Amino acid sequence: MPLVLVGGLVFGFGLGFSHMARPEVVIDFLTFDDFGLLFVMFGGSIVAGIAFWTLPKLRGSAPLTGRPYGRRLKSFDRNVLIGGSVFGVGWGLSGICPGAAYASLGVGNWPILYAIGGMFVGAYAQGAWRSHDADDPAAAPSDD
Amino acid sequence: MIDAAFADLLGPQTVDALFPNGVSRYAIGGMLVGLGTVLIYLGTGITAGASTFLESTLSYVSGRSRFAQYRPSRDWRVVFTVGIIGGAAVYAVIYQGDPWSIAGSGWTTEVSAWRLFVGGILVGIGTRVGKGCTSGHGICGVGSVSRTSLVGVATFLVVAIVTANAVSALGVGL
Repeated sequence: MPLVLVGGLVFGFGLGFSHMARPEVVIDFLTFDDFGLLFVMFGGSIVAGIAFWTLPKLRGSAPLTGRPYGRRLKSFDRNVLIGGSVFGVGWGLSGICPGAAYASLGVGNWPILYAIGGMFVGAYAQGAWRSHDADDPAAAPSDD
Repeated sequence: MIDAAFADLLGPQTVDALFPNGVSRYAIGGMLVGLGTVLIYLGTGITAGASTFLESTLSYVSGRSRFAQYRPSRDWRVVFTVGIIGGAAVYAVIYQGDPWSIAGSGWTTEVSAWRLFVGGILVGIGTRVGKGCTSGHGICGVGSVSRTSLVGVATFLVVAIVTANAVSALGVGL
C-alpha cells in the first residue's frame, strides 16, 4: 500500500507537470494546436515498456505480492472498438480522462468534479447494464 | 535541454508551430507518469490503470456482479487515486503561483460544465466497455506492446480528434 501511494504520487505529479490534467491542453492537442501531448503518451509508455520488458527477465515475481511479472495483455473483441469510440467522443468533448481528472482535482480544479461525477454515472450505467448478463466471459477482472 | 535538441533537429520555427509550449514539460511529465506506473509494477507486479477505480469504488455501494469482481483490488485503487490527487497537489504547490505557497497554486478550467459532465459520462462508459483508458491502454498496454491496446488507443485517439475538431468547427465554445 505505501508503494502504491508513492507510485500514485509520482503518477499524479507527472500528470500535473505535463499539464495533461488541464482539459484545454488536451483539446489543443486534439485540434492540432500543440502536439506536445504525444510526448506524455510516448514518454510514459516507453518508460513503462522498458520495465515490463526487463523485469520479467531478471526475476520471476514481484517481491511484495509474489505476483508474476507479466505484460498487460487483454483479449481483443468488438468491445475494444465500441468502448474506444465512446471513450473517444467523451475525451474529445471534455478533454479529460480518468487519471488526468483525479490529478486535476488535486490541483484544485473543482469544476472537474462534473467530469468525475459523469464518469461514475457512465461506469455505473454500463455496469448495471452488463451485470444482467453476468455470465459474460468478457467480465474478467482487469487492472486498468 | 530537450527543447534545444528539438530546435536543432527540426528548426526553431517548426518547433514553435508544433510545440508552442515547448517539449520538455510534456516529455518530463510523461516519463514521471511512466515512472509512477513502474514503481507499482516493481513492487507488486500490477500494471495499474486509473479507470478501474470507477467500477471498483462502486463496489463499496453496489452489489452488482460487474462491480463486485473488483472487490479484491478496490482498497489499493483508492490509495492509488488518492496518490494521484496528492501528487498533482504537490506539483501545484511547488510550481504554480508562488513556489511553496497555497495562494495562487490552483487553477480552474474554462471548459464548460456540460462538456465536462457529458464527456465524463461517455468516458466512464467507454473506458469500461473498451477495457482501458489513456493510462491502462495508453501507458501500460502500449508499454506491453499489446495489440489490443494499440488498436484501442488508435480508436479513441482518432475518434477524439474527429470529435474535438467537429465541436470546434460547429462553433461550440469551451
